[in-house]
Amino acid sequence: MKLNSFDALYELHENLISLLDLRSDELQADEAKSGPRDILVCGGTGCHSAQSAEIITALREKIANAGLEDIKVIQTGCFGFCAQGPIVKVQPENIFYVQVKMEDLDEIINSHLIGGKAVERLLYTDPRTKEKQKHYLDMDFYKKQKRVALHNCGLIDPECIDEAIANGGYLAIAKVLSSMTQDDVIYEITASGLRGRGGAGFPTGRKWGFTKASVSDEKYFICNADEGDPGAFMDRSLLEGDPHGILEGMMIGGYAIGADTGIIYIRAEYPLAVYRLETAIAQAREYGLLGKNILGTDFNFDVQISLGAGAFVCGEETALIRSLEGNRGEPTRKPPFPAESGYRGKPSNVNNVETLANVASIILKGADWYKTIGTKGSKGTKVFALAGKVNNIGLVEVPMGTTLREIIFEIGGGIEGDKKFKAVQTGGPSGGVITEADLDTPIDFESLTSIGSMMGSGGMIVMDEDNDMVEIAKFYLEFTMDESCGKCTPCRIGTKRIYEMLETLIEQKGDLETLEKLDALCRTIRETALCALGQTAPNPVLSTMKYFPEEYERYAKGEVNKAYSIDPEKCIGCTKCARSCPVSCISGKVKEVHVIDVSKCIACGACFTACPFQAIVKP
Amino acid sequence: MEKIKLTINGIETEVEQGSTILEAAKSVGVYIPTLCHLNLDGFEICNEVSSCRVCMVEVEGRPALVTACSEKCAPGMVVRTDSARALNGRRTVLELLLSNHPKDCLVCAKNLDCELQFLAKELNINQIHYEGEMMDYPVDTTSRSLIKDPNKCIMCRRCETMCNEVQTVGVLSALNRGFNAVVSPAFNLDMADTSCTFCGQCVAVCPTGALTEKNEVQKVWRQLNTPGKHVIVQVAPAVRVAIGELFGMEPGSISTGKLVAALRRLGFDAVFDTDWAADLTIMEEASELIHRIQHNGVLPLLTSCCPAWVNFIEHQFPDMLDIPSTSKSPQIMFGAMAKSYYASKMGLNVNDICVVSIMPCIAKKAEAARPELSIGDNSNVDIVISTRELGKMLHEAGVDFKRLADEDFDQLMGESTGASVIFGTTGGVIEAAVRTAYEWVTGETLEDVEFTQLRGLEGIRTASVQMGNITLNIGIAHGLGHARELLEGVRSGKYDLHAIEIMACPGGCIGGGGQPYHHGDVEILRKRQEALYQEDRNKHLRMSHQNPMIQKLYEEYLGEPYGELAHDLLHTTYTAKERI
Repeated sequence: MKLNSFDALYELHENLISLLDLRSDELQADEAKSGPRDILVCGGTGCHSAQSAEIITALREKIANAGLEDIKVIQTGCFGFCAQGPIVKVQPENIFYVQVKMEDLDEIINSHLIGGKAVERLLYTDPRTKEKQKHYLDMDFYKKQKRVALHNCGLIDPECIDEAIANGGYLAIAKVLSSMTQDDVIYEITASGLRGRGGAGFPTGRKWGFTKASVSDEKYFICNADEGDPGAFMDRSLLEGDPHGILEGMMIGGYAIGADTGIIYIRAEYPLAVYRLETAIAQAREYGLLGKNILGTDFNFDVQISLGAGAFVCGEETALIRSLEGNRGEPTRKPPFPAESGYRGKPSNVNNVETLANVASIILKGADWYKTIGTKGSKGTKVFALAGKVNNIGLVEVPMGTTLREIIFEIGGGIEGDKKFKAVQTGGPSGGVITEADLDTPIDFESLTSIGSMMGSGGMIVMDEDNDMVEIAKFYLEFTMDESCGKCTPCRIGTKRIYEMLETLIEQKGDLETLEKLDALCRTIRETALCALGQTAPNPVLSTMKYFPEEYERYAKGEVNKAYSIDPEKCIGCTKCARSCPVSCISGKVKEVHVIDVSKCIACGACFTACPFQAIVKP
Repeated sequence: MEKIKLTINGIETEVEQGSTILEAAKSVGVYIPTLCHLNLDGFEICNEVSSCRVCMVEVEGRPALVTACSEKCAPGMVVRTDSARALNGRRTVLELLLSNHPKDCLVCAKNLDCELQFLAKELNINQIHYEGEMMDYPVDTTSRSLIKDPNKCIMCRRCETMCNEVQTVGVLSALNRGFNAVVSPAFNLDMADTSCTFCGQCVAVCPTGALTEKNEVQKVWRQLNTPGKHVIVQVAPAVRVAIGELFGMEPGSISTGKLVAALRRLGFDAVFDTDWAADLTIMEEASELIHRIQHNGVLPLLTSCCPAWVNFIEHQFPDMLDIPSTSKSPQIMFGAMAKSYYASKMGLNVNDICVVSIMPCIAKKAEAARPELSIGDNSNVDIVISTRELGKMLHEAGVDFKRLADEDFDQLMGESTGASVIFGTTGGVIEAAVRTAYEWVTGETLEDVEFTQLRGLEGIRTASVQMGNITLNIGIAHGLGHARELLEGVRSGKYDLHAIEIMACPGGCIGGGGQPYHHGDVEILRKRQEALYQEDRNKHLRMSHQNPMIQKLYEEYLGEPYGELAHDLLHTTYTAKERI
C-alpha cells in the first residue's frame, strides 16, 4: 500500500491510534480487572540475550492455550532497565516484571492474567527501601526520566510500522513536506537549540544550514550509528527500539539540506539493530514513505545501510566518510568540512542517532516546546548509559540540567553494596572523572567541560571507594591506544607511551619524574593530535591525576600494597589457600600458619575465596 | 588574487589567499620543519595528510597547535613558530617518532640522507624522554629491487600516495591500527608476490630507511676482483646529470666525462654507454613503428624502455599486451650485444663476461632478472646498481669525483647521439624515434631536430607530427596514473594514436627511483631535465641512425634493423600477470 498523499497518512494514523489504547503510563487499572491486555516484552539486545525472544514465543503459545484471546504479546524496544531484564510489562495496569525467566511464565499467566493477582516475587525491589514496586512510574529509575528520544522505546513494536504511525510516526515529515520550506526546517531546528548528541555538541540546525548552503548536484545525509564508547548503547537501543523515528529524522534532515540519499553507517556488531533498520526501511518503502515522490510530493529520499567493521575512530565523521568510501577508516583534516566536501567529495551532513531521534518531536511539538526542556545552552534531554558500581544499571533519559547526584543516587539507586561513591566517568574514553565535589553540577555540554570532563556520547560509569583510579586511567588508555587509527604520531605513539608509563607506575617501577613526564606528554598530545580521538585520549589520565593525585603519588613512591596477607591469629594451617594459589606464592606446612610471598602475589583473590576461616586479608 | 595580511613571529607579511602558514613563513625567512609533507609542484604530486605533526605552530586564539603545512593563512592571523609551546609540541612529536625508530643510523642505508635524522639535528634533540616498546616487523627482502623495513616506517604515507594516487598501482597502504599501524601490501604479502612494478617511487620519497633499494654494490666488487672476469659497465643517460649531486655538485651538472673516468678508476675492463644501446633501440623501434603503420599492424605502438611500465601493463592491462613494442629496453639490448657481438669481437667466452649497469632506476634490477631476458642461464645483464649505489661505491673507493678529468667512453659500444641522451626524460624516447622515423619515411634531411611539441611536464601530452603524407599522432604519459588514463583512453577510443611513450616515473628517468634523493625539491628534477636537453644540443650527431658505431653493428653483425638476427637478440615477449 502506497501512501500517496498527506491525507492518506493522516487517515491511516487515525485508524491505527487504537492499537496503543492499552499502553498509556497513566492508565493504571487494577490487575484484578479482566479484559484486553497488551503484554510488552523487551526485545532489546540485553533482554534478547537473556531469552526474551523465547519468552515471547512461549507466552504467545501459553496464552493461546489458555484461551486468553484478548491478550496480545508485543515485542518492544528497550525499556532501559537492562540490568533487570528480561522485562515484561503488563498493560493497561502498568505492572512491571523484572528478570523474568521461562519458568516464571506459567505463574504470570495463572496468577496474574487469569487469577488477577500480580506475581509479587517478580516485581522490582527498591534497593533503598527494599520494597516491591508494581508500577513503572513508582520506580526511582523512571520517576526523574523524561523520554523524548526514547519515547517509543518500550512502547511500540519496532518491527511494525503501523505501531510507529499509530504513535505519530511520519507525521513530522508530513508536516515538513506540506507546510515548511528547507529554511523553515533549519530555522526550527536551530531555534530549538538541539545540539549533536555524538559528543561535541555542535548545533544541529547550523550544521544543516552549512550543508544546505553548499551547492552541488548530489548531497548525502548520513546517520552516524558507529557507537563505540565502552559501555554506551543508547544509539543501539534507539535503533532497535524506534528505527522509524531515526528514518524520519533522516528524511527531515535530508529535505532540509537538499539530499535524496540517506546512509546509515552502523557497526556490524549490532545485528539486531541492523535487522530492525532493514525491516523498517522495507516497510517504509512499501508505504511509499521512502523512495520517489514521498506522500505525493516531489521529495525523493531513500536510505541505505553501510556496515562498519567496528573501529572506534570511524565514529569520527571524516573517518566515517572515508570508511563509507571503502577506504581505511582514518580521520582527515578539516577544513574541508563534510558540509563542503564529504562522501564522494559531495556535501554531506553527518548526525548521530540520538540527535536524529529528537528531530521529529521538535517538528511536531515546535522549537518552543523543546526549549522548555534543558538548560540555557543545552536544550532537550540526554540519554545516558548508566553503569558501573550503581544499583540501577541501564539507559536513562533526563532533561539537560539534571544533576549527577540525581542520576546516580535517585535514578541509579545509589552505590552498589552501600559503598562510598568515589567518582563518575562521563564522556567515555574521551572524558574524565567527576568527584563528589561536583555531583551537584547540573549537567550540560558546558558544565561538564568546565569540570574537566565532557558530555561525549553519554557513557556514565560510576566508581566506588574500591576503584583504583590509576587502573581506571590505564583501562581507558588501553582502549584508545588499541582504537587509534595510527595516522598521526601523537596518537599512534603517544597513547602507547602514556599506557606504558601507567603500566610502569602500577608495577611500582616508576618515580615522581614518571608523573611529570606523564603529565607533560598528556598535555602535548592534547594539542598536537589530528582528530578528537587523539586530542581527548589523555583526558582520563589528566582528570584522574587532577582529582586523585595522591593515588598516582603512592604508586610513584612505591607505597601501594597490592598483595594479600594472612592473619596468623585466624590461620589454622588447612593448606586450602596454598592449593588454590595459581602462582604458588603461599608457603606453610599442615597445621602451621601460612605465609604469602608479597613479591609474587598477583592479587587474584583465589586464596581469599578458598579460606574457610576468613584468615586472608585483602590488600 | 586577493592578498592576506598576517603576522609570523612578529613579522608582518602579505601572502596570496590560499597560502599555507608554511608557505607564508618561508617567504619571510622563517623555517618550519616538515616530514610527511611532500609537494612536487608541477608534477601533480602532493602528500598532504598532515599526519606527522612535526610542523606544529601556535596560532593566537586557537586552543590547539595547528599544522603549518595544511593550515591556510587567514586575515589578521598571528602565528608563532618559535614559542615554547610550539617548540615543545614539535620536539615532543619528534621524540615520539624517534622513540619508535631504530637507532642504528650508522649502519642504515639512509645514513646522512635521512629526513628523520636531519630533523633530529634541526630540532636539537639530544635526549628521548619517552622510551618504550618498538615495532618489530620482519624486513621484506623478497623483491629484486627494494627492501622494506617496516620498523623504520614513520607512517608519513608518502609511499602510499605515490603508489596509490600517483602511480595507481595500489600495492602499499596502511595496515593494522594504533601502535602497530604500518604501510605494507594488503595482508602483509611479500613485495615479490604483489603487482608492484618496482618503479621505486616509494623509495624515492621515503624520508627514512623504511624503503630502500636492494644494494648490490658488494656483488660488483666481487666481480671486479674475480680473476679472469671481464667486467664491463654501461651507464644510463639520466645518471650523468644526477650523480654529481652525490659529490656536492650543483643539480643539473653534466658529468659524463667524470663518470667515465670514475668507472675506469673502479677497475671496469670497459666503460660503455647505454646511450649507444638507446640508439640501437630507436633503430628497432622506429623500424617496428613504420612496419606496423605500413602493414596495418596493431597501433598504437607503445615504447618498452621502461621496465616498471612493462610490469604495469602486464599486471594491469593484460588484454593489451599486443601493443607495446617488442624491442627490448636499451639496458637489455646492451647486455644482449655485449654477450654476442662484443664477445665475438673481443674473442671472449660469454661466461667470462659480466655486464654491470648503472641505472637511475630500481626496476632495472628486476628487469635484468626476468627469465626471458637471458640466454640459457646467462642473463643479458648481470648486475644492476642505481645512481645512488654507484655514489656509495665511489665514496668507498675514495674517488674524488669532482676533481676527475673528463674521459671518453670506450669504443664499440660507447658512441652515442643526442637522440639517445634525451631517453632520460619524459618525451625523449618518442622524440628520438620521431627524428629517425622522419628521415626514413620522408627521405629528407631533418633540419630542426627538436620537436618541442613533445616536450614538457604535463602528465599526458598528445601531439601530431607531419612526416610527408603521414600524420603521426603521438601520445606521451609519465607517471603510471597518467599511463593508466592514457591507456584507458586508447581502449575506449578517446585517443587515436600511432605511437605512445610511457615512462613510469614522474619526469621520466631523471626522477627515477634510483636517483639521488630530491627530498621534495622539485627544482632538482627540472635541472636534470634541462641538463639532458643541453647534452643533446652539445652532441654533433643528434639522430640515432647517424651513430656510426650502430651503423657498423648492423653492417658487421646484425644485418637489417628489425631483421631476423635482430629479432632473436633484440626483441622480447610479454606475459599477462595477475593483479594482486
